[in-house]
Formats: sequence, structure tokens, C-alpha cells
Amino acid sequence: MSAPTLDRPAAPDEAALQAQFDATIAADHRIEPRDWMPEAYRKGLVRQIAQHAHSEIIGMQPEGDWLLAAPSLRRKAILLAKVQDEAGHGMYLYSAAETLGADRADLTDKLIERKQKYSSIFNYPTLTYADVGVIGWLVDGAAICNQVPLCRSSYGPYARAMIRVCKEESFHQRQGYELLMTMMRGTDAQRAMVQDAVDRWWWPSLMMFGPPDDDSPNSAQSMKWGVKRHGNDELRQRYVDMTVPQAAVLGVTLPDPELALDPETGRYRFGPIDWTEFKQVLAGNGPCNDERIARRRAARDDNAWVTEAATAYAEKHA
Amino acid sequence: MAHEETVYDALDHAHGGEGQWAFGTGFDEPLAGVDTTVPDGIDPADLGAYCLMLGDDALVLCQRLTQWVTAAPELEEEVALANCGLDLLGQARLLLARAGSVGVLGRSRALATDSIPDEDALAYFRDADEFRNSLLVEAPNGDFGQTVVRLLVASTWRLALSARLRESRDPVLAAIAAKGVPELTYHRDHAARWVLRLGDGTPESHRRTQAGVDAVWPLLADLFTATDVETRLTASGVAVDPADVRDEVRDVLTMVLERATLTVPGWPAEQPSRGRAGQHGPELTALLADLQGLAREHPAATW
Repeated sequence: MSAPTLDRPAAPDEAALQAQFDATIAADHRIEPRDWMPEAYRKGLVRQIAQHAHSEIIGMQPEGDWLLAAPSLRRKAILLAKVQDEAGHGMYLYSAAETLGADRADLTDKLIERKQKYSSIFNYPTLTYADVGVIGWLVDGAAICNQVPLCRSSYGPYARAMIRVCKEESFHQRQGYELLMTMMRGTDAQRAMVQDAVDRWWWPSLMMFGPPDDDSPNSAQSMKWGVKRHGNDELRQRYVDMTVPQAAVLGVTLPDPELALDPETGRYRFGPIDWTEFKQVLAGNGPCNDERIARRRAARDDNAWVTEAATAYAEKHA
Repeated sequence: MAHEETVYDALDHAHGGEGQWAFGTGFDEPLAGVDTTVPDGIDPADLGAYCLMLGDDALVLCQRLTQWVTAAPELEEEVALANCGLDLLGQARLLLARAGSVGVLGRSRALATDSIPDEDALAYFRDADEFRNSLLVEAPNGDFGQTVVRLLVASTWRLALSARLRESRDPVLAAIAAKGVPELTYHRDHAARWVLRLGDGTPESHRRTQAGVDAVWPLLADLFTATDVETRLTASGVAVDPADVRDEVRDVLTMVLERATLTVPGWPAEQPSRGRAGQHGPELTALLADLQGLAREHPAATW
């Protein structure tokens, strides 16, 4: 790990700092907040962590839409606790971004002004209660595949935040799958709901891993710096391999006629992904983009007086 | 095996091996394993009716707090209000299950299929006129100021009741109350801190919060007159006469509001509880439509 900066008599030259940073990365050690880091590394991390935090916060909405209507009190308790966890994930990811000099309020403004992105998956609507289960199973499942390697990210605060996030996501995934299993044992209408939700969420969940590696603008640099550990395509493949057997146990059909086990590799082949749709949703033209942002804008603007009051009170009673 | 796969493996197998991670999450009803025998000299119908009053208060206020999730001023507040809602939901489930355990199910049991547990039969298959919550909890949230004022009033009142109910002659009710006391202490503390900040914050927050106080205050009239059920159960040592907590509630609210530089309105003229008699406003009908719609659409389903 690099030396503390506090008792350093004079700024060493940039080349020496860069060499020390490169050595830390090469040794697979962690970069910590007070360590020197290249500006592009800092910026890239802020971008990635903020996008991740925004995804947690926006991700509260699709499932949150069912909080009032959950069909049993037990399901309501599970869902409320889950949505609460997502707010918690957002909070500690924003905190990780703040260790890099970012400011949560400023990042929130950038989300609302659409200057920063969040995962496109949350721009799809939740049409039935089966969507709650499918989000847990597929969306959280894909998130876990993406995020477990981030527990080893080169930036310490991010890596440590991800360990807790992954543990909770894993729990959410189990709960989602358990809901679907229960529904599949229920009525015909419930089984139809589950299949319909799988049909709608399968392809968007594959898109969660981002574009193919040869079309992913930030991937290569992120991999070099140890911020990312695997390419998008490898993670997507892992997700498919993990999910296909689970679908069989559940008794649902994944909506891809080309999905088949490749006997040579032991991995599943799947059909082409419609990247046009992905780009449309990413560009802000998905079914719910406007409504998702509008909700965050309202939370900020309608309650601005509350934040102002809390600040004024703290100053009066400092 | 790469390190991250070890992590994933650990996560994957944390809840049972064979990759069968989604199985075995059984469903125990809230009172599973608890002796639900009603002690001698207590009328089960009265006990059940009383549990519905307290349980409906918790369930309806949970719905109201949940409306803030994704709409709160700060992420910390999303978490805090969801937390209060979860606590109240837990109390509601226990109380509704207690009502069910003594056979107080009204029309709900006939409408819900056998596989639906009592707590859900009661929550999802009663109409507004069968709900026994006070008018205090069903009123709409208003803005954040009004919301925290209502939470302050509701948690102060419920805490005062629960603290006394720990001595109830019904051991199940006493245990549920004892579980609720630390939860409600937090709710009251959280709400009081916000009332202080907002009352003594900016001119706008003061004005809004005073308006919240003025909107909530008349609802106090619905809280302190005992129903016949409460009178009988108080005599048999099961319930608390709501009139007995009036002074404590008034003292706490007065202290917080004065510290917050807010004006304490005159105490409203008390009257027999409309909410406890099943006389509710259209707001409760709308709240129940959200709560119950899906469950009622699929009465034979299990979730």
C-alpha cells in the first residue's frame, strides 16, 4: 500500500506517484482514498460508482410500485425490507463516491438532469406481482454476477461496499425465486403471470451486462485498472449458465428458441440480443424513463424546504 | 478457483448446499409455537375485537408511511420511514393473528380460502366498515411536516398504551406490547426530532409544520373515549382505558411542540371513537383498495 500523504515534505513528482500507483495495481493491492491516483482513474470510478448508486435508488421504484398492494402481509414485509436495503445500498455507494471527492447532492442533481446514467433495466414497468419475483431472481441474479467480481475492485471503499451489497442481493435473489416457486405451485393464473414476467424480463436482464466487449467504450481501461475484472460477455455467459438450470427447476420457459447447451464447452448458447432496444432505452426512450426521473425530481424539489429547515436548525443549535 | 468465485460460492451456499438456495424458506405464521389459550375470565370475542383495533391502527399507519418510500426528502429518511413501517407491520401481523387465534374473523374467513392465514384473511378480506382503526392513522399524509406530526402523535399514544399493556392479563397481548415498546420509542424519538427541526427551522418549515399540527390535532378527539369492549377488558385487566394515557400524551406533545416553537392548539372536544365503530372516511376506502385489490382478485391463490 502506498505511503500516507500527510507527513510528506514536498509533492513527489508525478512520475514517481504514477509508478507507485501502477505498482499497487500490478500487485493486486487496494487503492485507498488518500492515495494518489490518476485523475482519469478517479473520474472513471466516480462515474461507475455513481451510476451504480443511482441504479440502486431508481431500482427502488419498479418494485416499490407494489409495496402498497403486496398480496400478503408476509410478502409486504419482505418487499418493504428489500426496498429499504436498496436505499441502504445507494447510501453506502454514494459514500464510497464521496471518498473520491464527489458530493451526494451533486450526484443526485446529475441523475435528475440526466447527466449520469443508471441501469436501463429499471426503465421497464412491473405489470404483475410476478415481476417482483422475477426482478429478484433474474435482475438481482444478473446484478450479482456483475457485482461479485467488484468485491475485488482495486478501489478499497468500493470493494468493501460491494461485499455487503452482494450478500444482501444474494438474499434478495433467493426471496424472489422463492416467491416464484410459491406462485408456480399456486393457481393457473399465477403460473401464467410468472411465465409472462419471465418473457418480458429475460432479454432486458441479458442486456444488463452492457454491450459486447468490442463495443463497450469504458471496459478496456476499467479492466486494466482492476476496477472491472471480467468482460461483459464473460459475465453474461456466466449468468446464462447459472440461470438456465434454475428456470428448469422453476418450470418456466426462457423466451429464446436458440438457447441450447453446447456439449463441447458445457456452456449455453443463446440467440442474438436486440441492441437497438438497449440503445433506445439507454437514450431515454424506454417505457418508464421519464417517470423514474420525475419521481426523484419530485422527492428533491417537493422536499427542498425540509432539507433547508434541517440545515437552518443545525446552524442555530450548533 | 478465483477469489470472486469463492465469494460467490459462499453466498450461493450460505443457506443450504446443493445449490438449492431458494428452497426451504418455510412460512411460519406469526404466532406459530405460541400458547394462544385465553386465560380464564377473559371474553375471547372482546379480546379479538381489541386486537383488531390495535392491529388495524398499525396496519393502516404502515400503509401511510410506505407511501413515502421513493418520495422522502433524504435517503436516510427512506430507510427510517420504511423501518417504522416495518415495525408497525410486524405488530399488525401479530395482533391480527391473535384476533384470528380467538376466532374473531368476521366475514373475512368466509371470503378467504382456507389456505390463507388468519392475518391475511383479516387484512385483505374485510371491508372498511369492519376496520377498527382510529381516524388518526387513516388521514392522508399531507406534506412531510404533517407526516412527522402525525407520526409523533400516533407513536406517543401507542407507546403510552403499549407500555401499560405489557402488564395485560392476556400473555400474548402483553408479549406483543413488550416487543413494540422499544420500536415505538424509536418512532417517537425520530418524529420528535423532525418536529423540532421543522418547527424551529425556517419560516416556511415553521408555517408548514404548524399547519400540520392544526390538521392533525382534531383527530385526537377520536382516541381517548373507551368503547364498551375496552371498558370491559380494562375491568378484567386485559386492556388499557385510553383515557388513562391522555395526560401522558398531552404532556409529551405539549413539551415537544413548545420546544419546537409551535403553538399547541386547544384540546379538541373528545367524543366516542368513530374509527373504533367502523365509521371511516373515503380515505380509508381508497387505502384499502390499494392494499386489498390484488389479493381479492385471486382469492384462491397462495403467495
